[in-house]
Amino acid sequence: MEFFSKNKVYNFMDKSKFFIVVSLVLILTSYGLLATKGLSYGIDFAGGTLVQVKYDQQAPIDKVREQISSDKLFANALITEFGSPDEIVIRFATTTEGVSHDVGDKVRELLKGTGNFDIRKVDMVGPKVGSELREKGLMSTLMCILAILVYIAFRFEWRFAVASILALVHDVSITLGAIILFNIEISLDVLAAMLTLIGYSINDTIIIFDRIREDIRASKQVNLFDTINHAVSQTLSRTTLTSLTVLFVVLTLFLFGGEIIHGFSFTLLFGVFIGTYSSIFIAAPLLKWLGFDIAEYKNKEALKEKNKIEKAKMRAMYEKGTV
Amino acid sequence: MMKASLLKFHATIFQRKSMSSGRLNYRLVIFFIAIIFGVGMSMPTFLQTEKGAKVSLGLDLQGGLHMLLGVKTEDAIQSKIKSIASSIKFFAQRGDIIIDDLRIAEEKITLTLLDKDEEKKLDAMLKEINGLHVNKEALSYTLTLDEKEKVLIKEYAISQAVETIRNRLDQFGLAEPNVAKQGEDKILVELPGIKTAEDEQRARELIAKAAHLQLMAVDEKKQDRANSMSPSEAAQYGDVIMNDAKSDAIRYVLKEIPVLDGSMLSDAKVGFSDMQQPVINFTLNSEGAKIFGDFTANNIGNRLAIVLDNKVYSAPNIRERIGGGSGQISGGFSVKEAHDVAIALRSGALLAPVTLLEKRSIGPSLGADSIQASLIALISGFSLVVGFMLFYYRMAGVIANIALVVNLFLLIAIMALFGATLTLPGMAGIVLIIGIAVDANVIICERIRELLRAGVGVKQAIEKGYDNAMSAIVDSNLTSLITAIILYVYGTGPVKGFAVSLSIGILVSMLTAILGTHGIYQFIMPYIEKSKNMMFWFGMKRSH
Repeated sequence: MEFFSKNKVYNFMDKSKFFIVVSLVLILTSYGLLATKGLSYGIDFAGGTLVQVKYDQQAPIDKVREQISSDKLFANALITEFGSPDEIVIRFATTTEGVSHDVGDKVRELLKGTGNFDIRKVDMVGPKVGSELREKGLMSTLMCILAILVYIAFRFEWRFAVASILALVHDVSITLGAIILFNIEISLDVLAAMLTLIGYSINDTIIIFDRIREDIRASKQVNLFDTINHAVSQTLSRTTLTSLTVLFVVLTLFLFGGEIIHGFSFTLLFGVFIGTYSSIFIAAPLLKWLGFDIAEYKNKEALKEKNKIEKAKMRAMYEKGTV
Repeated sequence: MMKASLLKFHATIFQRKSMSSGRLNYRLVIFFIAIIFGVGMSMPTFLQTEKGAKVSLGLDLQGGLHMLLGVKTEDAIQSKIKSIASSIKFFAQRGDIIIDDLRIAEEKITLTLLDKDEEKKLDAMLKEINGLHVNKEALSYTLTLDEKEKVLIKEYAISQAVETIRNRLDQFGLAEPNVAKQGEDKILVELPGIKTAEDEQRARELIAKAAHLQLMAVDEKKQDRANSMSPSEAAQYGDVIMNDAKSDAIRYVLKEIPVLDGSMLSDAKVGFSDMQQPVINFTLNSEGAKIFGDFTANNIGNRLAIVLDNKVYSAPNIRERIGGGSGQISGGFSVKEAHDVAIALRSGALLAPVTLLEKRSIGPSLGADSIQASLIALISGFSLVVGFMLFYYRMAGVIANIALVVNLFLLIAIMALFGATLTLPGMAGIVLIIGIAVDANVIICERIRELLRAGVGVKQAIEKGYDNAMSAIVDSNLTSLITAIILYVYGTGPVKGFAVSLSIGILVSMLTAILGTHGIYQFIMPYIEKSKNMMFWFGMKRSH
């Protein structure tokens, strides 16, 4: 089975302006959403309490709402169905410091008489821990991007590194926009999905860059336009297939993984998709926009090679004792 | 540098493999060892055997209680001040040093010495107390703790709280409690054994119980005014007002500085009173017994209050000197309560109260649901990927799938070996790894197809395909690994579990997908070379 025609070279570069405009619009829309609607932080980052309750029949949401709001502590509680009509989630900003008696116990007391229920989960994150987790989350995202930047600059060239980071920022921004649009709460899981995305969506970009590097070494061609077209076309089946296998598993996670990891699987699903798009249509053209020049690169590589040979010579001479 | 060495590395493999390409080769041998190791070491987990290293389920999958506690370290300083005051009082009484106005105000002790001749004796005693800063104006003393001592007390309060809570939970009889210090000033408590709300409540009460036992003298001169006196008025006399444990209506005026406290306790056990009520019998250590004996001898006719966590449980009259240093706490406990209080007293008091910073409590039914959901995702994701690889690459797909299965066994085996915990995000990580692990084989297969299309002979296409694919595979896997490691370092709880399965999975996939499949190809090379059916071997139209 083969999806892509064997030796056809697609002209991606010709349409690169179009895709970059599309991406810019998407990115700007995402930041627009960020500015207007904003991220909704889950309790992991904002602090607060989440109680998941399962009834043995349809949950009496109105009755629960009435009971819960009878206590001033839970005035702004949000009560929503969770996955099935039997199950609800109660969220509120209140947290308590007492170990032996906490807000979860209070909710249990208030819910008495609303039917047969089982409290399946109580998550309470105090404000101090919430802000710490937020700090750590931001820190880890930045660390990831920085580490990748350094690695790629080391393995390729700085323009490759900058192009892949721009592609990453592109992926993260648009995914963030989708998260806001679809009302996904930012939780620890979603953050983990984001970081995984950063690590994964770079893979396709690397495959393409690797091919560009190889093509530059192998041929006398110095036209970047053609080299990129050739490399992206040659790797097209690889890029789509590797993404496809991951999309398969992420899709099953999204469909069957359950309500709890819904945010996680949504983020990955959308992110892998957008990451593949940016690898094919955005990352490589960015090289040209950043002023990458094949002749210059070849010269640099040749110089490096020369230096290495020089060094080896010097070493040999040193070892022989002639220096 | 790295580029060069990597290339050299490839070159050496390349040379060795052209020499060794026969039927059996070192790659296959390593792969076989990996299979045996993976299957063998993952069996205890799959079969849930009694013995052997297993992957344990995280709290989010098996249900349980996870708490992050803070420690109110300022209170530890306060109680240290109190106990210093107690020992000064005791010392003064023993040595007939007359001290007037011994008071505690915030973090200070003030006292006045009446007889100047005794100044030396008192000074010598105060000098023995670590980290005490003495400020004297004539015979008026102001005692404070220096900053270094305060830091030490705070640190000790935290490590003592960890020890104490661990002791309590160990004695409580739950399976595998985990209590550990986290960061500088937090305590992580994980209780996988909790199954019901009642158990959880009891465990939390046990953890939070200060278990601060004090034996305090009733201020007999002021006791009749107990119900009208305000706390601030009591403080003026050096007294405190405390409620009875059974009824808030009964109040006691007690001397602020206790006769002795729970730190001098050597044992506490549940017993039964004459009325068959559960009580707690405690024994004091020798120092405590001495103080207790002296005090009872000097205070016959007065009352001594037995105070636990600032509630008066009883205040019996002292009829005679009590030697031996044993006493009893009674006060309408249930048997369970008495059992828990005794545990708390035996494990020692918390020097400082703990507060709840974060709590995650998961019911066992939710955990079971999560396991089921992620297993369904795992199986369907796995079938999709395996099916696709078969359909798209035929025999090459079979080989990639073998590597994938071995990859999963190895992943579980290594996780078991490290004693890693499987969390829900960790399960998601394993599902994700299925998708990521075949990537390397997709890249290799595509490279091989490319070479075959270019007219290269099949043996060379395979060898060169691996060679060409290597740098892209290494680079992309390493970047994924970098993020997984950062995720591990900065992540907490279940997310750490995700990072663990992701990073082990990435490393293992490099072994199985690169080395393992290559070994298989080399093993069956003669068959591939003989056959001209590239549709069968690589799922592509081309007769060679």
